[in-house]
Amino acid sequence: MCSTCGCGDSDVRVTTPGAATTDGHGHGEHSHDAEHGHGERSHDHVHPEPDDELRTHTLELEVAVLAKNDGLAARNRVWLAERGITALNLMSSPGAGKTTLLERTIAATHRAVSVIEGDQETLFDAERIRAAGARAVQVNTGAGCHLDAMMVSRALEQLRPEPKSIVFIENVGNLVCPALFDLGELRKVVVISVTEGDDKPLKYPHMFAAADLVVINKTDLLPYVDFDIERLTADARKLNPDVQLVPVSAKTGDNLEAWLAWLT
Amino acid sequence: MHELAIAESVVSAVLERTGGRVSVVRLRVGRLAGVVPDALMFCFELAAAGTALEGAALEIEERAGEARCRDCDSRFSMRDAFLLCDCGSADVELLSGRELQVTSVEVA
Repeated sequence: MCSTCGCGDSDVRVTTPGAATTDGHGHGEHSHDAEHGHGERSHDHVHPEPDDELRTHTLELEVAVLAKNDGLAARNRVWLAERGITALNLMSSPGAGKTTLLERTIAATHRAVSVIEGDQETLFDAERIRAAGARAVQVNTGAGCHLDAMMVSRALEQLRPEPKSIVFIENVGNLVCPALFDLGELRKVVVISVTEGDDKPLKYPHMFAAADLVVINKTDLLPYVDFDIERLTADARKLNPDVQLVPVSAKTGDNLEAWLAWLT
Repeated sequence: MHELAIAESVVSAVLERTGGRVSVVRLRVGRLAGVVPDALMFCFELAAAGTALEGAALEIEERAGEARCRDCDSRFSMRDAFLLCDCGSADVELLSGRELQVTSVEVA
């Protein structure tokens, strides 16, 4: 945790693989005075007389807890929209095949693609994306379980995506926490693999309620597992009546065209 | 454990608006907000430690999920996250339950 302001991003690192730039703590544009504006330093409050010490009064605030993240996300969204960039927030449990889906997508799409990779540790995924032919930056969250709008803002500064391109934001593998944090993306995509089981929408309702699209991955393994696509579809729609679902196999490329059609 | 990040957001939102000297922080948390109040209580203590909010109490008002069915016009409390009315319709509008707000603070 940042010792100045209590923000939790002291362990976050943003790295472009192959480049020498690692943004260590680097609060970037996150200036402690302006952004956090700790009032105790700016002295815009009144010091009560000693007699008032025991008296308290109620101050109505009515402020959204995530207002700061949502404000930064809105700024990211404007920045992306001004450049005609489509940003998609990809979320799933670890190992659902997000990176494999992206490798396939990079090879198959005509639009320029770049990727923000989120993981607690390692540059593995950013290196895979780079090997697949796209630019990538890796955000390592340290102990953090999700990406937030500040991390994405810092990553976009390093990534410098082309106008009119697609930016995939591959969130930390986790079906719980990433659902709550707006990053400034245009759409949220949840990837679920058939080996995880068809009960996931009911177990992780917030994630499926937030999704615009559910990609059902690893359909090549359907003959070997008990996974009922109908059940998953029905449960996801109970939580989110308008959600779209696309079954694919990122490994074999089966039905990838449906995913690519959704992208365009 | 996104409750730690939420708790840090609560602390920074309150500090920005009050400059400390706060004895109670009150939150409204919807049952569908994806936040566990007990975990948030625990994390608030950690997030407040070393700041001007250290030692402040956190009070959480939970808000049930309420919805309205656009087909039969009935209002109902949601037992779970399913956007389904007893009449069978899924054309349901969520009225409350996703709140995550600092409502007020007690300042000295």
